Amino acid sequence: MSIIVRGKVWKLGDNVSTDYIAPGFALDKPWEERKKHILHTHKAFAEGFQPGDVLVARNNFGCGSNREEAPADLRRLGAGCVVAESFDRTFFRNSIAIALPVMACRGVSEIFEEGDILELDFENARVKNLTSGKEIQGPPLVQDLINIVKKGGIVALLKSDK
Amino acid sequence: MGMTMAEKVLSRTSGKDSVIPGEFVTANIDLLMGTDRAFYKGYEIMVQSGYDKVWNPDKIVVVIDHGVPAPNVARAEVHRKLREYVRAQNIKNFYDVGVGICHQLLPEKGHVLPGSLIVGGDSHTTTYGALGSAATGIGASEVAYVLVKGSLWFMVPETIRFILKGTLPKGTSGKDIILNIAGKYTVEVAQYRAAEFSGPVAKALSIGQRMTISNMGVEIGAKFAFFEADEKTIAYLKERTYQPVKPFGPDLDAHYAEVHEIDVSSLEPQVACPHSIDNVKPISEIGDIPIHQAFLGSCTNGRQEDLEQAATILRGRKVHPGTRLLIIAASHEIYRQIAKSGAIQTFIEAGAMISPSGCGPCGGTNTGPIAAGETAISSTNRNYKGRMGSLDSYVYLASPQTVAASAVEGKIADPRKYLS
Repeated sequence: MSIIVRGKVWKLGDNVSTDYIAPGFALDKPWEERKKHILHTHKAFAEGFQPGDVLVARNNFGCGSNREEAPADLRRLGAGCVVAESFDRTFFRNSIAIALPVMACRGVSEIFEEGDILELDFENARVKNLTSGKEIQGPPLVQDLINIVKKGGIVALLKSDK
Repeated sequence: MGMTMAEKVLSRTSGKDSVIPGEFVTANIDLLMGTDRAFYKGYEIMVQSGYDKVWNPDKIVVVIDHGVPAPNVARAEVHRKLREYVRAQNIKNFYDVGVGICHQLLPEKGHVLPGSLIVGGDSHTTTYGALGSAATGIGASEVAYVLVKGSLWFMVPETIRFILKGTLPKGTSGKDIILNIAGKYTVEVAQYRAAEFSGPVAKALSIGQRMTISNMGVEIGAKFAFFEADEKTIAYLKERTYQPVKPFGPDLDAHYAEVHEIDVSSLEPQVACPHSIDNVKPISEIGDIPIHQAFLGSCTNGRQEDLEQAATILRGRKVHPGTRLLIIAASHEIYRQIAKSGAIQTFIEAGAMISPSGCGPCGGTNTGPIAAGETAISSTNRNYKGRMGSLDSYVYLASPQTVAASAVEGKIADPRKYLS
């Protein structure tokens, strides 16, 4: 059974670094304080983001530091998925590792406006804009990576192996 | 068909005769590097997952470098626990507070071998590519996984090749080469790819200069950032390890996704302007930019040759009033070297501040952040908004020579006028 994610879109631009997603000055702060600074470069994000919302970004999402807090804090905020034109490879693999569904697909940012409702079929790499009706097919991930996400992440895999 | 360096390493470590880009493999890890950030977290995840023993303590190197000395009690507690974990697992390759930055120590202490597969809990793990190692950063959960299994999945990357030609002009260095590449080709040019730096200029570069370029490979998206391991590499490593060291490079008929030739002969000192590493300008196009804090150090440019280049400019001169200069050598060994050479005397007489070996102000979380409205020039590797302190501050990245000249003038300055 595929992982299907539906949520309200927040749009981000190019080169959103992990320094912006999980800023250094907030890393050691408790969660209630830290979450206020997530994606501080997008004015309304920290206050307005609701559990179940999703992110649509342009190129090179998650560039910079390999800090796992970047995808982990997004997931903790309740982000359903991140879809982008392209990802930084470390952010992408950290997302898989913590079971945050991610999809890279050329052209995906063109078919969404902020506030639209997105539906992602993670296993089949299909994204739909439920507001406008537009759809796009992305490159499917290797089954091994899909399995890591379905299992709940790489640590879940470790635990189940014990 | 021949293989690239990435293909060779991933085929060897996954037990295959050959691999092709796009292939999914599970590879055995030759070495895992961890710091007081990701190793600490990864180890605790390992224990929470029900495992009490690492796969091989001799294939792990742990370094405390991000908070040096511990900036607060909470971090001191992290350090204390880290020492317990290392002892419990019999991890002998442990470098405590002040010995150095992880990416300096692994090459310096002979842990990096050409052709090896190294993963580290820090993104600048790509630095070891300078010695021909397939080295890349991973997050805390993957550190936990490797600690138990000693292996990790990889997608075999394509490789992009940069052929460096010409002659590096006086006053420029490896940092200027990589900033120029970032500016010209953008921060995504090597995304999902391995990068190989080759050509006569690559061969002519010292190991330290190669490390600067490989270090910043991650900033252009590279998964691995290789230089061929040649006679220079062997000479460097022979002084540092008893392990057998062999040359390592791509096959002559390896296939590259993209090849770029770069002639460095007319390179000027380069400056990456706020707030992006590819917002690069040559020094002649930089206007009047007053500097509040200059930083010389980091895994990118904290080696002896970097500090000596800066000392040449600072000798007999003073740091500009109103500008602070902070210097951090990338390892304790380098402090020994510059104590011997006299460079440290030069720094002190110029009025610089000197701190123990560690990451320092690079990431804004430890010593020396900058205030709102302040501008820094730094020999580090990132200049995102707020990277070195206030969200309302500005960071310019440059070579050690440009940083030194700027500290003298109190504004971004061309180092070439100080070199005869």
